[in-house]
Amino acid sequence: MSQDGEKSTPGAGLINGLAVTLRTMTQRSTTQQYPDVQPELPPRSRGTIALLEENCTVCMLCARECPDWCIYIDSHKEEVVVPGAARPRQRNVLDRFDIDFSLCMYCGICIEVCPFDALHWTPEFEYAETDVLNLLHDKERLGAWMPTVPPPPAHDVLGEPSKEEATAAKKAAGPGAATAAKSVPARVRREPDA
Amino acid sequence: MPLWLDLAVRVVAVVLGFLVLPLVVGQTEHKVMAHMQSRLGPMYAGAFHGWAQLIADGVKFVQKEDITPRAADGTVFRLAPLVALFPYLLVFLALPLGPGGLVAQAMDIGLFFVLAVLGVGVVAVLMSAWASANKYSLLGGLRGAAQLLGYELPLVLAAASVAMAAGTLSLPGIVEAWRPWWLLWQLPAAIVFFIAGVAEIRRPPFDMPIADSELVFGYMTEYTGLRFAFFLLAEYVGIVVISALTTILFLGGWHGPFAEHLGWLWTLAKTFAVAFVIIWMRVTFPRLREDQLQRLCWLVLVPVALGQLVLTAVVKVLT
Repeated sequence: MSQDGEKSTPGAGLINGLAVTLRTMTQRSTTQQYPDVQPELPPRSRGTIALLEENCTVCMLCARECPDWCIYIDSHKEEVVVPGAARPRQRNVLDRFDIDFSLCMYCGICIEVCPFDALHWTPEFEYAETDVLNLLHDKERLGAWMPTVPPPPAHDVLGEPSKEEATAAKKAAGPGAATAAKSVPARVRREPDA
Repeated sequence: MPLWLDLAVRVVAVVLGFLVLPLVVGQTEHKVMAHMQSRLGPMYAGAFHGWAQLIADGVKFVQKEDITPRAADGTVFRLAPLVALFPYLLVFLALPLGPGGLVAQAMDIGLFFVLAVLGVGVVAVLMSAWASANKYSLLGGLRGAAQLLGYELPLVLAAASVAMAAGTLSLPGIVEAWRPWWLLWQLPAAIVFFIAGVAEIRRPPFDMPIADSELVFGYMTEYTGLRFAFFLLAEYVGIVVISALTTILFLGGWHGPFAEHLGWLWTLAKTFAVAFVIIWMRVTFPRLREDQLQRLCWLVLVPVALGQLVLTAVVKVLT
Protein backbone atom coordinates (compact mmCIF):
# COMPACT_ATOMS: atom_id res chain seq x y z
CA MET A 1 0.00 0.00 0.00
CA SER A 2 1.66 3.22 -1.08
CA GLN A 3 0.93 6.42 0.75
CA ASP A 4 -0.23 8.44 -2.24
CA GLY A 5 -3.13 6.05 -2.77
CA GLU A 6 -1.75 4.42 -5.90
CA LYS A 7 -2.43 0.75 -6.38
CA SER A 8 0.85 -1.10 -6.38
CA THR A 9 1.73 -4.75 -6.32
CA PRO A 10 1.45 -6.17 -2.82
CA GLY A 11 4.82 -6.60 -1.17
CA ALA A 12 6.51 -4.09 -3.46
CA GLY A 13 7.20 -1.84 -0.49
CA LEU A 14 8.86 -4.68 1.39
CA ILE A 15 11.08 -5.50 -1.58
CA ASN A 16 11.94 -1.83 -2.09
CA GLY A 17 12.94 -1.54 1.54
CA LEU A 18 15.20 -4.57 1.26
CA ALA A 19 16.74 -3.10 -1.89
CA VAL A 20 17.46 0.20 -0.14
CA THR A 21 19.25 -1.43 2.78
CA LEU A 22 21.21 -3.75 0.48
CA ARG A 23 22.29 -0.85 -1.71
CA THR A 24 23.36 1.15 1.33
CA MET A 25 25.40 -1.80 2.56
CA THR A 26 27.41 -1.97 -0.66
CA GLN A 27 28.28 1.72 -0.55
CA ARG A 28 31.19 3.07 1.46
CA SER A 29 30.19 4.72 4.68
CA THR A 30 31.20 8.32 5.18
CA THR A 31 32.21 7.84 8.81
CA GLN A 32 35.44 9.65 9.70
CA GLN A 33 37.67 7.67 12.07
CA TYR A 34 38.46 10.89 13.91
CA PRO A 35 40.98 10.17 16.65
CA ASP A 36 42.86 7.81 14.32
CA VAL A 37 42.52 9.91 11.20
CA GLN A 38 42.53 13.69 11.38
CA PRO A 39 39.54 15.26 9.67
CA GLU A 40 39.97 17.33 6.54
CA LEU A 41 38.67 20.71 7.64
CA PRO A 42 37.27 23.22 5.17
CA PRO A 43 39.33 26.38 4.51
CA ARG A 44 38.87 29.19 7.06
CA SER A 45 37.78 26.73 9.77
CA ARG A 46 37.22 28.43 13.09
CA GLY A 47 39.10 26.28 15.57
CA THR A 48 40.68 28.62 18.05
CA ILE A 49 42.15 32.14 18.07
CA ALA A 50 45.88 32.80 17.83
CA LEU A 51 47.59 35.96 19.06
CA LEU A 52 50.59 37.57 17.36
CA GLU A 53 51.81 39.54 20.36
CA GLU A 54 54.19 41.80 18.43
CA ASN A 55 51.32 43.24 16.41
CA CYS A 56 49.17 44.13 19.42
CA THR A 57 49.13 47.81 20.37
CA VAL A 58 46.69 47.42 23.27
CA CYS A 59 44.10 49.49 21.44
CA MET A 60 41.43 47.47 23.31
CA LEU A 61 39.17 47.36 20.26
CA CYS A 62 38.80 43.57 20.46
CA ALA A 63 37.98 43.62 24.17
CA ARG A 64 35.36 46.34 23.64
CA GLU A 65 33.74 44.73 20.60
CA CYS A 66 33.60 41.24 22.08
CA PRO A 67 29.86 40.44 22.50
CA ASP A 68 30.36 38.40 25.64
CA TRP A 69 33.37 40.21 27.01
CA CYS A 70 35.64 37.25 27.17
CA ILE A 71 38.87 39.08 26.33
CA TYR A 72 40.87 40.44 29.26
CA ILE A 73 43.74 42.89 28.54
CA ASP A 74 46.15 44.54 30.99
CA SER A 75 49.03 46.76 29.94
CA HIS A 76 51.43 49.42 31.14
CA LYS A 77 53.14 52.33 29.41
CA GLU A 78 56.85 52.30 28.74
CA GLU A 79 59.10 55.19 27.73
CA VAL A 80 61.27 54.60 24.74
CA VAL A 81 64.18 56.99 24.30
CA VAL A 82 64.78 57.55 20.60
CA PRO A 83 68.20 59.05 19.92
CA GLY A 84 67.88 62.45 18.28
CA ALA A 85 64.23 62.91 19.21
CA ALA A 86 63.14 65.91 21.29
CA ARG A 87 61.50 63.83 24.02
CA PRO A 88 61.07 60.14 24.79
CA ARG A 89 58.16 58.33 23.17
CA GLN A 90 55.57 56.30 25.02
CA ARG A 91 54.72 52.76 24.06
CA ASN A 92 52.08 50.31 25.35
CA VAL A 93 53.40 47.02 26.64
CA LEU A 94 51.03 44.09 26.85
CA ASP A 95 51.00 42.45 30.30
CA ARG A 96 48.04 40.19 29.96
CA PHE A 97 45.93 39.04 27.03
CA ASP A 98 43.47 36.30 28.00
CA ILE A 99 40.60 34.83 26.05
CA ASP A 100 38.10 32.81 28.03
CA PHE A 101 37.05 30.06 25.63
CA SER A 102 34.35 28.90 28.00
CA LEU A 103 32.55 32.16 27.12
CA CYS A 104 33.77 32.71 23.57
CA MET A 105 31.12 32.07 20.93
CA TYR A 106 33.53 32.07 17.99
CA CYS A 107 31.88 35.05 16.27
CA GLY A 108 35.28 36.29 15.11
CA ILE A 109 34.46 39.95 15.70
CA CYS A 110 37.74 40.48 17.59
CA ILE A 111 39.64 39.19 14.58
CA GLU A 112 37.65 41.34 12.18
CA VAL A 113 38.09 44.43 14.28
CA CYS A 114 41.83 44.17 15.00
CA PRO A 115 43.49 46.94 12.97
CA PHE A 116 46.95 45.40 13.16
CA ASP A 117 46.26 41.73 12.41
CA ALA A 118 47.28 40.58 15.86
CA LEU A 119 44.47 38.02 16.07
CA HIS A 120 44.00 35.12 13.65
CA TRP A 121 41.77 32.10 13.25
CA THR A 122 43.55 28.77 13.37
CA PRO A 123 41.88 25.45 12.47
CA GLU A 124 43.27 23.72 15.59
CA PHE A 125 40.36 22.46 17.67
CA GLU A 126 41.83 19.97 20.15
CA TYR A 127 41.98 22.07 23.30
CA ALA A 128 39.22 20.46 25.36
CA GLU A 129 39.86 20.52 29.10
CA THR A 130 38.56 18.57 32.06
CA ASP A 131 38.39 21.76 34.13
CA VAL A 132 36.48 24.73 32.77
CA LEU A 133 38.97 27.13 34.38
CA ASN A 134 41.68 25.83 32.08
CA LEU A 135 39.78 27.21 29.11
CA LEU A 136 41.08 30.67 30.03
CA HIS A 137 44.00 30.87 27.61
CA ASP A 138 46.78 33.36 28.39
CA LYS A 139 48.88 35.18 25.84
CA GLU A 140 51.60 32.52 25.79
CA ARG A 141 49.07 29.84 25.00
CA LEU A 142 47.36 32.01 22.38
CA GLY A 143 50.74 32.86 20.90
CA ALA A 144 51.62 29.17 20.67
CA TRP A 145 48.84 28.70 18.10
CA MET A 146 50.48 31.19 15.70
CA PRO A 147 52.49 28.59 13.73
CA THR A 148 49.23 26.76 12.95
CA VAL A 149 47.61 29.79 11.30
CA PRO A 150 47.18 29.04 7.60
CA PRO A 151 48.36 31.61 5.05
CA PRO A 152 45.63 34.02 3.94
CA PRO A 153 43.64 32.86 0.92
CA ALA A 154 44.71 34.14 -2.47
CA HIS A 155 42.96 37.18 -3.85
CA ASP A 156 40.01 36.68 -6.13
CA VAL A 157 41.41 37.26 -9.63
CA LEU A 158 38.14 38.87 -10.73
CA GLY A 159 37.78 41.06 -7.63
CA GLU A 160 38.58 44.75 -7.23
CA PRO A 161 42.22 45.58 -6.42
CA SER A 162 42.98 46.45 -2.82
CA LYS A 163 43.20 50.07 -1.67
CA GLU A 164 46.96 49.92 -1.48
CA GLU A 165 47.34 48.46 -4.95
CA ALA A 166 44.93 51.00 -6.45
CA THR A 167 46.74 53.91 -4.80
CA ALA A 168 50.10 52.65 -5.91
CA ALA A 169 48.84 52.20 -9.46
CA LYS A 170 47.49 55.74 -9.51
CA LYS A 171 50.76 57.20 -8.25
CA ALA A 172 52.72 55.25 -10.79
CA ALA A 173 50.46 56.38 -13.62
CA GLY A 174 50.98 60.06 -12.66
CA PRO A 175 48.58 62.98 -13.12
CA GLY A 176 48.31 62.44 -16.89
CA ALA A 177 46.23 59.28 -16.60
CA ALA A 178 43.35 61.01 -14.86
CA THR A 179 40.51 59.55 -16.92
CA ALA A 180 41.28 55.95 -16.14
CA ALA A 181 42.28 56.36 -12.53
CA LYS A 182 39.77 59.01 -11.55
CA SER A 183 36.76 57.03 -10.56
CA VAL A 184 38.15 54.08 -8.62
CA PRO A 185 40.95 55.63 -6.49
CA ALA A 186 38.85 58.72 -5.76
CA ARG A 187 36.08 56.63 -4.30
CA VAL A 188 38.57 54.65 -2.28
CA ARG A 189 40.23 57.73 -0.90
CA ARG A 190 37.08 59.49 0.19
CA GLU A 191 35.59 56.48 1.85
CA PRO A 192 36.48 57.54 5.41
CA ASP A 193 34.57 60.83 4.97
CA ALA A 194 31.45 59.26 3.58
CA MET B 1 36.73 -45.43 18.10
CA PRO B 2 35.76 -46.33 21.65
CA LEU B 3 32.35 -45.23 22.79
CA TRP B 4 33.54 -42.65 25.32
CA LEU B 5 35.82 -40.94 22.79
CA ASP B 6 33.05 -40.91 20.20
CA LEU B 7 30.71 -39.39 22.75
CA ALA B 8 33.27 -36.82 23.86
CA VAL B 9 33.99 -35.71 20.28
CA ARG B 10 30.28 -35.28 19.55
CA VAL B 11 29.59 -33.33 22.73
CA VAL B 12 32.65 -31.10 22.29
CA ALA B 13 31.72 -30.43 18.67
CA VAL B 14 28.16 -29.47 19.62
CA VAL B 15 29.27 -27.22 22.48
CA LEU B 16 31.88 -25.60 20.26
CA GLY B 17 29.32 -24.94 17.53
CA PHE B 18 26.89 -23.72 20.16
CA LEU B 19 29.43 -21.17 21.41
CA VAL B 20 31.04 -20.11 18.13
CA LEU B 21 28.25 -19.94 15.56
CA PRO B 22 26.06 -17.47 17.51
CA LEU B 23 29.07 -15.18 17.99
CA VAL B 24 29.80 -15.27 14.27
CA VAL B 25 26.17 -14.43 13.54
CA GLY B 26 26.21 -11.69 16.17
CA GLN B 27 29.35 -10.13 14.77
CA THR B 28 27.89 -10.36 11.26
CA GLU B 29 24.81 -8.60 12.54
CA HIS B 30 26.92 -5.82 14.07
CA LYS B 31 28.75 -5.22 10.83
CA VAL B 32 25.91 -5.80 8.36
CA MET B 33 23.52 -3.63 10.31
CA ALA B 34 26.13 -0.89 10.63
CA HIS B 35 26.89 -0.81 6.93
CA MET B 36 23.20 -0.93 6.02
CA GLN B 37 22.84 2.20 8.15
CA SER B 38 25.92 3.88 6.63
CA ARG B 39 27.96 3.28 9.76
CA LEU B 40 31.12 1.28 10.38
CA GLY B 41 30.09 -0.70 13.45
CA PRO B 42 32.62 -1.89 16.01
CA MET B 43 36.16 -0.98 14.92
CA TYR B 44 38.34 -1.19 18.02
CA ALA B 45 37.93 -4.46 19.93
CA GLY B 46 40.53 -6.94 18.68
CA ALA B 47 42.30 -4.29 16.59
CA PHE B 48 41.02 -5.51 13.22
CA HIS B 49 37.55 -4.18 12.39
CA GLY B 50 36.30 -4.99 15.89
CA TRP B 51 36.27 -8.75 15.39
CA ALA B 52 36.45 -9.34 19.17
CA GLN B 53 33.56 -7.04 20.05
CA LEU B 54 31.27 -9.81 21.27
CA ILE B 55 34.04 -11.37 23.36
CA ALA B 56 34.59 -7.96 24.95
CA ASP B 57 30.84 -7.72 25.53
CA GLY B 58 30.89 -11.12 27.19
CA VAL B 59 33.72 -10.09 29.50
CA LYS B 60 31.77 -6.97 30.39
CA PHE B 61 28.59 -8.90 31.13
CA VAL B 62 30.48 -11.28 33.43
CA GLN B 63 31.76 -8.33 35.46
CA LYS B 64 28.30 -6.83 35.97
CA GLU B 65 26.42 -7.24 39.21
CA ASP B 66 23.81 -9.99 39.19
CA ILE B 67 20.69 -8.29 40.52
CA THR B 68 17.50 -10.07 41.54
CA PRO B 69 14.66 -7.62 42.32
CA ARG B 70 13.35 -7.90 45.87
CA ALA B 71 9.79 -8.59 44.76
CA ALA B 72 10.87 -11.14 42.20
CA ASP B 73 10.34 -14.85 42.51
CA GLY B 74 14.01 -15.61 42.96
CA THR B 75 14.24 -19.23 41.90
CA VAL B 76 12.12 -18.86 38.77
CA PHE B 77 13.79 -15.55 37.93
CA ARG B 78 17.26 -17.10 38.08
CA LEU B 79 16.21 -20.23 36.23
CA ALA B 80 14.54 -18.53 33.26
CA PRO B 81 17.69 -17.60 31.24
CA LEU B 82 18.89 -21.20 31.43
CA VAL B 83 15.50 -22.47 30.31
CA ALA B 84 15.71 -20.03 27.39
CA LEU B 85 19.18 -21.18 26.39
CA PHE B 86 19.14 -24.93 27.06
CA PRO B 87 16.54 -26.05 24.47
CA TYR B 88 18.67 -24.61 21.68
CA LEU B 89 21.64 -26.64 22.89
CA LEU B 90 19.49 -29.77 22.64
CA VAL B 91 18.34 -28.76 19.16
CA PHE B 92 21.98 -28.50 18.10
CA LEU B 93 22.33 -32.21 18.86
CA ALA B 94 19.83 -33.13 16.19
CA LEU B 95 20.94 -30.86 13.34
CA PRO B 96 22.68 -32.85 10.58
CA LEU B 97 25.70 -31.07 9.13
CA GLY B 98 26.68 -33.34 6.26
CA PRO B 99 26.03 -36.71 4.59
CA GLY B 100 27.10 -40.00 6.10
CA GLY B 101 25.84 -39.42 9.63
CA LEU B 102 27.60 -36.14 10.30
CA VAL B 103 25.20 -35.36 13.13
CA ALA B 104 25.70 -35.45 16.87
CA GLN B 105 22.68 -37.62 17.54
CA ALA B 106 20.69 -39.03 14.64
CA MET B 107 17.06 -39.53 15.67
CA ASP B 108 14.21 -41.09 13.74
CA ILE B 109 11.88 -38.48 15.15
CA GLY B 110 14.40 -35.63 14.80
CA LEU B 111 11.93 -33.10 13.39
CA PHE B 112 9.38 -33.84 16.10
CA PHE B 113 12.07 -33.58 18.77
CA VAL B 114 13.39 -30.28 17.42
CA LEU B 115 9.98 -28.64 17.21
CA ALA B 116 8.97 -29.92 20.65
CA VAL B 117 12.14 -28.63 22.28
CA LEU B 118 11.87 -25.26 20.53
CA GLY B 119 8.42 -24.90 22.11
CA VAL B 120 10.05 -24.81 25.55
CA GLY B 121 11.16 -21.25 24.72
CA VAL B 122 7.64 -20.04 25.52
CA VAL B 123 8.04 -21.29 29.07
CA ALA B 124 11.25 -19.30 29.51
CA VAL B 125 9.49 -16.13 28.33
CA LEU B 126 6.59 -16.67 30.70
CA MET B 127 8.90 -17.56 33.58
CA SER B 128 11.04 -14.45 33.20
CA ALA B 129 8.00 -12.24 32.62
CA TRP B 130 6.03 -13.38 35.64
CA ALA B 131 8.96 -13.79 38.04
CA SER B 132 10.36 -10.31 37.37
CA ALA B 133 7.45 -8.62 39.22
CA ASN B 134 7.62 -5.80 36.71
CA LYS B 135 4.76 -4.43 34.64
CA TYR B 136 6.88 -4.10 31.50
CA SER B 137 8.13 -7.64 31.88
CA LEU B 138 4.58 -8.90 32.37
CA LEU B 139 3.25 -7.04 29.32
CA GLY B 140 6.15 -8.31 27.25
CA GLY B 141 5.63 -11.82 28.52
CA LEU B 142 1.92 -11.80 27.67
CA ARG B 143 2.64 -10.49 24.20
CA GLY B 144 5.34 -13.11 23.87
CA ALA B 145 3.01 -15.90 24.94
CA ALA B 146 0.32 -14.83 22.46
CA GLN B 147 2.88 -14.52 19.68
CA LEU B 148 4.75 -17.74 20.35
CA LEU B 149 1.62 -19.85 20.76
CA GLY B 150 0.19 -18.34 17.57
CA TYR B 151 3.27 -18.82 15.41
CA GLU B 152 3.91 -22.34 16.67
CA LEU B 153 1.00 -23.50 14.51
CA PRO B 154 2.22 -22.35 11.05
CA LEU B 155 5.74 -23.44 12.01
CA VAL B 156 4.61 -26.99 12.75
CA LEU B 157 2.25 -27.14 9.77
CA ALA B 158 4.98 -26.01 7.37
CA ALA B 159 7.40 -28.51 8.83
CA ALA B 160 4.73 -31.22 8.60
CA SER B 161 4.38 -30.53 4.90
CA VAL B 162 8.02 -31.22 4.17
CA ALA B 163 7.99 -34.24 6.47
CA MET B 164 5.03 -35.56 4.52
CA ALA B 165 6.85 -34.97 1.24
CA ALA B 166 9.94 -36.80 2.45
CA GLY B 167 7.98 -39.51 4.20
CA THR B 168 10.16 -39.36 7.29
CA LEU B 169 10.57 -37.34 10.47
CA SER B 170 14.32 -37.89 10.60
CA LEU B 171 16.23 -34.71 9.72
CA PRO B 172 19.03 -36.50 7.79
CA GLY B 173 16.30 -38.53 6.11
CA ILE B 174 14.52 -35.38 4.96
CA VAL B 175 17.73 -34.00 3.49
CA GLU B 176 18.41 -37.35 1.76
CA ALA B 177 14.96 -37.31 0.19
CA TRP B 178 15.20 -33.69 -0.87
CA ARG B 179 15.22 -32.90 -4.60
CA PRO B 180 15.89 -29.51 -6.19
CA TRP B 181 12.36 -29.20 -7.57
CA TRP B 182 11.11 -29.21 -3.96
CA LEU B 183 12.31 -25.61 -3.85
CA LEU B 184 9.29 -24.76 -5.98
CA TRP B 185 6.91 -27.36 -4.62
CA GLN B 186 7.59 -26.46 -0.98
CA LEU B 187 8.11 -22.75 -1.54
CA PRO B 188 5.00 -21.58 0.37
CA ALA B 189 5.91 -23.85 3.27
CA ALA B 190 9.49 -22.54 3.21
CA ILE B 191 8.32 -18.93 3.39
CA VAL B 192 5.79 -19.72 6.12
CA PHE B 193 8.38 -21.68 8.11
CA PHE B 194 10.94 -18.92 7.78
CA ILE B 195 8.56 -16.13 8.84
CA ALA B 196 7.09 -18.16 11.68
CA GLY B 197 10.59 -19.12 12.77
CA VAL B 198 11.72 -15.50 12.88
CA ALA B 199 8.62 -14.74 14.95
CA GLU B 200 9.39 -17.70 17.22
CA ILE B 201 12.79 -16.29 18.11
CA ARG B 202 11.20 -12.83 18.57
CA ARG B 203 13.48 -11.09 16.10
CA PRO B 204 12.51 -7.77 14.56
CA PRO B 205 10.12 -7.11 12.85
CA PHE B 206 8.38 -9.57 15.21
CA ASP B 207 9.94 -8.26 18.45
CA MET B 208 6.67 -7.10 19.97
CA PRO B 209 7.44 -8.87 23.31
CA ILE B 210 10.73 -6.96 23.61
CA ALA B 211 9.72 -3.70 21.93
CA ASP B 212 12.43 -1.60 23.52
CA SER B 213 10.78 1.68 22.50
CA GLU B 214 7.59 0.96 24.43
CA LEU B 215 8.23 -1.85 26.95
CA VAL B 216 11.78 -0.95 28.02
CA PHE B 217 13.02 -4.44 27.17
CA GLY B 218 9.94 -6.59 27.68
CA TYR B 219 10.47 -9.74 29.69
CA MET B 220 14.25 -9.08 29.87
CA THR B 221 13.85 -5.69 31.58
CA GLU B 222 14.98 -6.79 35.04
CA TYR B 223 17.87 -8.95 33.94
CA THR B 224 21.48 -7.89 34.34
CA GLY B 225 24.93 -9.28 33.84
CA LEU B 226 25.43 -12.87 32.89
CA ARG B 227 21.73 -13.76 32.93
CA PHE B 228 20.97 -11.01 30.45
CA ALA B 229 23.89 -12.27 28.35
CA PHE B 230 22.28 -15.73 28.37
CA PHE B 231 19.08 -14.24 26.96
CA LEU B 232 21.06 -12.45 24.26
CA LEU B 233 23.02 -15.60 23.49
CA ALA B 234 19.74 -17.50 23.27
CA GLU B 235 18.52 -14.97 20.71
CA TYR B 236 21.56 -15.49 18.49
CA VAL B 237 21.55 -19.27 18.92
CA GLY B 238 17.90 -18.97 17.91
CA ILE B 239 18.94 -17.33 14.66
CA VAL B 240 21.40 -20.14 13.98
CA VAL B 241 18.82 -22.81 14.80
CA ILE B 242 16.04 -21.31 12.69
CA SER B 243 18.44 -20.70 9.79
CA ALA B 244 19.79 -24.24 10.06
CA LEU B 245 16.29 -25.75 10.23
CA THR B 246 15.18 -23.74 7.19
CA THR B 247 18.28 -24.93 5.38
CA ILE B 248 17.81 -28.57 6.32
CA LEU B 249 14.08 -28.73 5.69
CA PHE B 250 13.67 -26.54 2.63
CA LEU B 251 17.01 -25.63 1.06
CA GLY B 252 18.40 -29.13 0.79
CA GLY B 253 20.95 -29.07 3.58
CA TRP B 254 24.24 -30.45 2.30
CA HIS B 255 23.08 -30.86 -1.32
CA GLY B 256 25.33 -29.04 -3.79
CA PRO B 257 28.43 -29.65 -5.87
CA PHE B 258 30.95 -32.01 -4.17
CA ALA B 259 28.39 -32.81 -1.47
CA GLU B 260 30.30 -35.97 -0.58
CA HIS B 261 33.24 -34.01 0.80
CA LEU B 262 32.01 -30.44 1.18
CA GLY B 263 28.52 -31.21 2.45
CA TRP B 264 29.13 -29.60 5.83
CA LEU B 265 30.35 -26.46 4.09
CA TRP B 266 27.18 -26.28 2.03
CA THR B 267 25.02 -26.63 5.13
CA LEU B 268 26.96 -23.87 6.90
CA ALA B 269 26.95 -21.58 3.87
CA LYS B 270 23.20 -21.93 3.39
CA THR B 271 22.64 -21.45 7.12
CA PHE B 272 24.61 -18.22 7.11
CA ALA B 273 22.84 -17.01 3.98
CA VAL B 274 19.48 -17.48 5.74
CA ALA B 275 20.89 -15.82 8.87
CA PHE B 276 21.92 -12.87 6.70
CA VAL B 277 18.34 -12.57 5.47
CA ILE B 278 17.13 -12.53 9.09
CA ILE B 279 19.56 -9.70 9.88
CA TRP B 280 18.61 -7.93 6.67
CA MET B 281 14.92 -8.07 7.58
CA ARG B 282 15.72 -6.72 11.03
CA VAL B 283 17.42 -3.67 9.57
CA THR B 284 14.80 -3.04 6.93
CA PHE B 285 11.37 -3.58 8.43
CA PRO B 286 9.67 -1.67 11.24
CA ARG B 287 8.14 -3.59 14.12
CA LEU B 288 4.70 -5.06 13.55
CA ARG B 289 1.87 -3.85 15.78
CA GLU B 290 0.30 -6.49 18.00
CA ASP B 291 -2.88 -6.77 15.91
CA GLN B 292 -0.90 -6.88 12.66
CA LEU B 293 1.22 -9.60 14.18
CA GLN B 294 -1.78 -11.80 15.02
CA ARG B 295 -3.47 -10.99 11.71
CA LEU B 296 -0.42 -12.09 9.74
CA CYS B 297 -0.27 -15.32 11.70
CA TRP B 298 -3.90 -16.40 11.68
CA LEU B 299 -5.15 -14.92 8.39
CA VAL B 300 -2.09 -15.45 6.19
CA LEU B 301 0.42 -17.95 7.48
CA VAL B 302 -1.95 -20.61 8.85
CA PRO B 303 -4.15 -20.74 5.70
CA VAL B 304 -1.08 -20.81 3.45
CA ALA B 305 0.44 -23.61 5.53
CA LEU B 306 -2.82 -25.59 5.38
CA GLY B 307 -3.01 -25.04 1.61
CA GLN B 308 0.56 -26.27 1.29
CA LEU B 309 -0.34 -29.39 3.24
CA VAL B 310 -3.17 -30.12 0.80
CA LEU B 311 -0.85 -29.46 -2.16
CA THR B 312 1.81 -31.73 -0.73
CA ALA B 313 -0.74 -34.48 -0.12
CA VAL B 314 -2.14 -34.18 -3.67
CA VAL B 315 1.28 -34.30 -5.31
CA LYS B 316 2.29 -37.18 -3.04
CA VAL B 317 -0.82 -39.20 -3.96
CA LEU B 318 -0.53 -38.49 -7.70
CA THR B 319 3.17 -39.42 -8.02
